[in-house]
Amino acid sequence: MQKSVFLAAVAGVGMTAGVASAATLDDVQARGTLNCGVNTGLVGFAAPNAEGEWEGFDVAVCKAVAAAVLGDPSAVEYVSLTGKTRFTALASGEIDMLSRNTTQTFTRDVDLKFEFTGINYYDGQGFMVPAELGVSSATELDGATICIQTGTTTELNLADYFRSNNMDYEPVPIETNAEAQQQYLAGACDVYTTDGSGLAATRAAFENPSEHVILPEVISKEPLGPVVRHGDNEWGDIVRWTLYALIAAEEYGVTSANVDELAEGTDSPEINRLLGTEGNFGEVMGLSSDWAVNAIKAGGNYGEIFARHIGEDTPVGLSRGLNAQWTEGGLMYAPPFR
Amino acid sequence: MTSVTEPPRESFRLSMLLNDKRYRFYTFQFVALLLLIVFMAYLGWNLVRNLAILGQDISFEFLGTPAGYDINQSLIPYENQDPHLRASFVGVLNTLLVAFLGCVTATIFGVLAGVLRLSKNWLVAKLMAVYVEIFRNVPVLIWILIIFFVMTAALPPPSAFRGDDPSSTMLFDAIALTNRGVYVPKPIWGAGSGALAAVFLASIAGAIYYRRYATRLLYATGRLLPMVWPTLAILILPTLAAYALLGGPVTLEYPELRGFNFQDGIQIRGSLIALWFALAIYTGAFIAENVRAGILSVSHGQTEAAAALGLRPRRVMSLVVLPQALRVVIPPVISQYLNLTKNSSLAIAVGYMDVTGTLGGITLNQTGRAIESVLLLMLFYLLISLSISAVMNLYNNAVKLKER
Amino acid sequence: MSDTHAEAAQLAFVRQEPIPPAPPPVAEAGIVKWLRDNLFSSVPNAILTLASLWAIWWLLSSSMPWVFNGVWDAGSLRECREILDGATGACWAVVRERWAQLVFGVTYPEEAYWRPATAFVLLFVALAPVLFPKAPRSLLPFTAVYPFLAYFLVWGGSVWVPVMAAAGFVVGYLVFQRLVAQSFAMGFFGAIAAALVFWWVAGFVTPTLTAIAPITLEAVESRNMGGFMLNLILGTVCVSLSLPIGIALALGRQSGMPVVKWICIVFIEFIRGVPLITLLFVANVVLAYFLPPNSTFDLILRVIIMITMFASAYIAEVVRGGLAALPKGQYEAASALGLDYPQAMRLIILPQALKISIPGIVNVAVGLFKDTTLVSVIAMFDLVGMIRGPILASTDWNGVYWELFGFAAALFFVVCYGISQYSQWLERQLQTDRR
Repeated sequence: MQKSVFLAAVAGVGMTAGVASAATLDDVQARGTLNCGVNTGLVGFAAPNAEGEWEGFDVAVCKAVAAAVLGDPSAVEYVSLTGKTRFTALASGEIDMLSRNTTQTFTRDVDLKFEFTGINYYDGQGFMVPAELGVSSATELDGATICIQTGTTTELNLADYFRSNNMDYEPVPIETNAEAQQQYLAGACDVYTTDGSGLAATRAAFENPSEHVILPEVISKEPLGPVVRHGDNEWGDIVRWTLYALIAAEEYGVTSANVDELAEGTDSPEINRLLGTEGNFGEVMGLSSDWAVNAIKAGGNYGEIFARHIGEDTPVGLSRGLNAQWTEGGLMYAPPFR
Repeated sequence: MTSVTEPPRESFRLSMLLNDKRYRFYTFQFVALLLLIVFMAYLGWNLVRNLAILGQDISFEFLGTPAGYDINQSLIPYENQDPHLRASFVGVLNTLLVAFLGCVTATIFGVLAGVLRLSKNWLVAKLMAVYVEIFRNVPVLIWILIIFFVMTAALPPPSAFRGDDPSSTMLFDAIALTNRGVYVPKPIWGAGSGALAAVFLASIAGAIYYRRYATRLLYATGRLLPMVWPTLAILILPTLAAYALLGGPVTLEYPELRGFNFQDGIQIRGSLIALWFALAIYTGAFIAENVRAGILSVSHGQTEAAAALGLRPRRVMSLVVLPQALRVVIPPVISQYLNLTKNSSLAIAVGYMDVTGTLGGITLNQTGRAIESVLLLMLFYLLISLSISAVMNLYNNAVKLKER
Repeated sequence: MSDTHAEAAQLAFVRQEPIPPAPPPVAEAGIVKWLRDNLFSSVPNAILTLASLWAIWWLLSSSMPWVFNGVWDAGSLRECREILDGATGACWAVVRERWAQLVFGVTYPEEAYWRPATAFVLLFVALAPVLFPKAPRSLLPFTAVYPFLAYFLVWGGSVWVPVMAAAGFVVGYLVFQRLVAQSFAMGFFGAIAAALVFWWVAGFVTPTLTAIAPITLEAVESRNMGGFMLNLILGTVCVSLSLPIGIALALGRQSGMPVVKWICIVFIEFIRGVPLITLLFVANVVLAYFLPPNSTFDLILRVIIMITMFASAYIAEVVRGGLAALPKGQYEAASALGLDYPQAMRLIILPQALKISIPGIVNVAVGLFKDTTLVSVIAMFDLVGMIRGPILASTDWNGVYWELFGFAAALFFVVCYGISQYSQWLERQLQTDRR
């Protein structure tokens, strides 16, 4: 009886989308919204708040891209994805970009045919244990029960680490971060392992964060960044350079507060090229000339986004560490806007 | 020569394809086949184009590459450098394990609840009705999650057993209930345990022989030998004697808290218990209804006729009511077993590493081979259900033969 | 004769009326008898009763204080614990604070909550004439309109999309009426073709119509649906879609044409042989490969397709049972009347077979509705997904399991128990009809 709903839905989709073209940029502009894949819920990185609005460090990247492409940071449809569903959603075109703390690896880049567009967070896998266990190093974890999120690189890193150190462990695979948290807090596992940032975010949500310690060992390199489909280089460039614009903005001291003022023209040619008062970088990418201004206004520069969502003053409380600007000893290094 | 006049031979017209019954039979089938082929070809063509765009292919070579991940519960030796195929097989065995345990327990729950629901005791009957209605009407996924979380939250972690004055202690110094699972003693088969097993097998054979003999004697002379006690004695006594004579070849290895966890003994993991218990309790509610319907389906006249023949109530049950009820009960119960096996794929929600967790979960994620993994997964479940259906058909045929 | 009279006369007292019946012994009357009969008829029975009483007492005494001492007003689990101050009590505040999210999901626009709520209420009005034989027949036209109305309310957008979709059905029906006189097949396929052509044309006309008469509600995309609403949508849409497909499959499986028969058998047995979760994996990670490149089928639509396939296989088996239960005489009588296959099916067989299978279909519907919770495994935010995902992940409510799952279980219990009671009622109705 309700066949019509289905048919009407199909008809509706057909009417709004029309004939989809291969270029993601055209699709996004025709649609008027950006479909962005995010985590199902990781405090600080991507989680819906009580009002149901998505917020977080990864979400800010989506907003910046939407602002750059469409001029409106709120024109984003968030699609929450698990470790398992994220790549299929991207490959099938359900989302335009994936911003879900995804580790850049050889296999994913080359074999699974995705394109990593820069790195917005340098991370590494770590371990968290209750302080009362008295463990001070990961090498003391022989025989431990370890909670782990399935479908991530952490599973393989963990197996490698324990094998190379000749230790035994018992994995407890868990689907979501919330459930892992619960298992860990109840003592069903001794150790929780995931990316260092995820550990900090998880610990921040605990009642007594100080009762848990994050061990010093970092057993893997986890460069996290936004991902797009392989083959659409124009779209990849837009996502990549939007991210770089945020990083460069911090380097040059462009903030959401002064961007309007600076966009009227400055003495610095770099800032002028970034903000579109000099050159036509926006048009070259198929965007408006004030794309970077919009992106920066959406949530501030890289440093502001970091500070607001996961910085030391937030419950997550991450220090910049590797993610500081290269001028301050970190790895954040935007190529020149030239 | 036949006297019936043949219908006049018409020359073939195109409209006859639709209007003439003889041709329409073929037209429809041809059209159906054509539509099927076109549909399949369309899907295939889309698949080929999509794969070309994404630069992927279909290949099962990934099954031979090292899996790279660890599985916490494995019935066969497995380590993370074994190929994906072996990891999948570990998952298959885990699925079969939980399905088997679940079916046995669900049958016990179901029969108990079904029989008690018909009890003359009003309170018990109502209580069982409440059990059946509550568990039948809430999704099994919610039950699995509730039991899993409750176990994690309510049972103590192993660290609670540590120290001079632990907050939790083991039951009988042998069984540890923790939120990581239940640790029970493990039998160690020492020298001479082979002989013990042989004695036990022999006593089973002896018990069967005794029962046959008693039945024959009953039919031949009408003399009724006691059944239950002698059978139990034949089963247990020789084995006990052998155990004592051989000097206790089988010893128990008790679980012991060492390092982070209990070591030794057998660990029944929390995820397995949650899944097993939830499936059993949920399916048990359905089986209870089947059992109840089966017993009610035996007409009252049968019971009365049996009573009129002078049979005692226990014998009325075992010789008249049950055999007839079973014929009605068993087919739906078998399909409940099938449902239970299929529902065991929800293991993924609590991290039990069944075949959906290994092949359809981690292997799929790590290799990105979605089509191949899901295809193999479906084939596995299909194989299981086809074999269960085959068993059911065999049973139905057997029952039918007796009926007529 | 006279002898007796004489004897009677000699007696001092003869009772003229019967003694009034003595009240039964205390142990054999009223509540005591009931107790003895039903609870304490024998020693084992008494033990059973006492054990049950103990179990009930234990259950109630451990859960009731927790339920009724609950905190309804708090901003987080921490606050709850502070208010309770060590006493046992539930933290119902989470249900209160996240009520809208549990029911409508995270992203459904708040100002549009009235729309799915209205659609839900109207669902009962629309279903009444189908489910209750005594409901006024005049509601039937509303039932026909309801799917389009519900689509408009829940999804929003231009009113012309559902209107055109409905018009397509009307056109198809009119064509069917005209052509069915020639042959059923002609009418059937003609109607489908006409409807398809109409929809194709409507696809061009609708934007213009919307521009001329912009009657629109704010459009809400499928992916913004969540919470219990998503379970209800998936349940109703998939069951309604699978009914016609299931009937067609059942007829196909009974048909004498081997090709059609085998296609149906393979489809039904395949779908029934695999767990729903693998079909959801297909919807989630595989189906996109089999759709045209760049097609924009979103996840909920793919899930609806797979769940509908799943449900139709089960409904087909129920309907097949109904068909098989009809006495062979019905088929033969239809043939004797000279009815052809479509006529016999439409007028004689299906009305009776469907009536027999209604309880079975309702059972399938309940099962399917419960199974819609499985979509949480593929990261859709239905009721269970909302609980496992955003709510438990939030800093405020991390650790509130009993309350949330208890709430979810209660919601499902109310709906499913209601439907199964209806089904039992209907079964009784149908039985009296036949006797």
